[in-house]
Amino acid sequence: MKHLLSAADLSYEDAILVLDTAKQLAAATEQGVGKLPPLRGRTVVNLFYEDSTRTRISFEAAAKRLSADVINFSAKGSSVSKGESLKDTALTLEAMGADAVVIRHNSSGAPHRLANAGWISGGVVNAGDGTHEHPTQALLDAFTLRNHLRNGEGDLKGVNVTIVGDVLHSRVARSNVLLLNTLGAKVRLVAPPTLLPYGVEDWDCEVSYDLDASLEGSDAVMMLRVQRERMNAAYFPNAHEYSNRYGLNVTRMNRLSESAVVMHPGPMNRGMEISADVADSQRSVIVEQVANGVSVRMAVLYLILGGSESM
Amino acid sequence: MTHDFEPQGHVVLDSSDISRALTRLAHEIIERTQGASNLTLMGIPTRGASLATRLGDKISAIQGSPVSVGAIDITMYRDDLRSRPARALLPTTIPPEGIEDRLVILVDDVLFSGRTIRAALDALSEHGRPQLVQLAVLVDRGHRELPIRADYVGKNLPTSRSEKIQVNLVEHDGIDEVRIERES
Repeated sequence: MKHLLSAADLSYEDAILVLDTAKQLAAATEQGVGKLPPLRGRTVVNLFYEDSTRTRISFEAAAKRLSADVINFSAKGSSVSKGESLKDTALTLEAMGADAVVIRHNSSGAPHRLANAGWISGGVVNAGDGTHEHPTQALLDAFTLRNHLRNGEGDLKGVNVTIVGDVLHSRVARSNVLLLNTLGAKVRLVAPPTLLPYGVEDWDCEVSYDLDASLEGSDAVMMLRVQRERMNAAYFPNAHEYSNRYGLNVTRMNRLSESAVVMHPGPMNRGMEISADVADSQRSVIVEQVANGVSVRMAVLYLILGGSESM
Repeated sequence: MTHDFEPQGHVVLDSSDISRALTRLAHEIIERTQGASNLTLMGIPTRGASLATRLGDKISAIQGSPVSVGAIDITMYRDDLRSRPARALLPTTIPPEGIEDRLVILVDDVLFSGRTIRAALDALSEHGRPQLVQLAVLVDRGHRELPIRADYVGKNLPTSRSEKIQVNLVEHDGIDEVRIERES
């Protein structure tokens, strides 16, 4: 593995390898090994053009637990706010000896450009680009699902995952549909027609406008954040109506099967797409997703940087 | 190791040889540890972990009390990590008693350069500070590159560097045998 740009780049074997590696790394953390040695002497740059707390901290924690040196570069208060291009920033990082760059960018495709333009020689990990993809989120979701529904082993054959909400602006949804299909799960997207992307009928999943009709038979419900900061038009009449039709409340949660789990990539709008009592309920694995995020990102960094460089 | 056609090399230990060697190792361990109380066997995956389990079964059968057995993966502690693409990690299991202040015996199939054992010592130290660490191997083939020796040896096999020792175990390979193969 040289880069991780899209969940679509992961073959079935790659995806299983990442999940199995994450499992061993999570076990090490559980056994109290706070620091592992494989990335000693390697430098990981977190290049964040967009605000992010959990993803950046998660990547930082992951790199540090593997003994890598971490440089955090956020666009705010840096040369980027003076107008520096992605290319010049990349050349600077290359000159400083970055072995891998974790990039979050508001433009879809920026990680792909960074990986393939020949500006840098190291690996590139997509930590979210525009409304395109967020592959490590999909991996941590798959890891969480596998732990709960498949005893932490194998793939997700036959698991029914329902993804609800703002699919239009969601890179999480796209990456999840790709990866879950690779792992054999069945995906159903539920959203108002205005919040479904153009061309969604070509995605490898079912699409529905009706949440209530989709609850039964779901093994997992993944609630997406309503991304108001990306909304430049009226996609639904008001928050109350959205919540009524597409929010997950206790009444709806109780209609799920006994073993079904509730997920959310965070940050949550409590009271909007998910009610507070659902978010804090027994079925919610949201906090676990965060912990799993560190293990999965450790696995990705280890697989990209933990071996020889020529591949 | 898969053999497409005619298996190369020859068998130096067969299934009953391996079983006898492990039984002798079990007795030696009990004798030298004065009854094997406070003992923890830590196998190095993949085959070392299976041998540790077998040794543990033999020791507990002789002693009539269970022996603590675990596994310690050394992949991330290797000194040649950068020489190949990232390797898959193998499971580490620490027994509930832990390894702190215990008599730990590392178990592996073949002792060669000693580098695996060095890595295992590093990996082990992340999990605690044993009172004593010893080493048991099924085969010692010589050619050490580090100042490391085994405390318990199933069989000394003098080899040349161009030869390859292949340990097959029922758990992984469907057969118990140790072969010497000429590197082609």
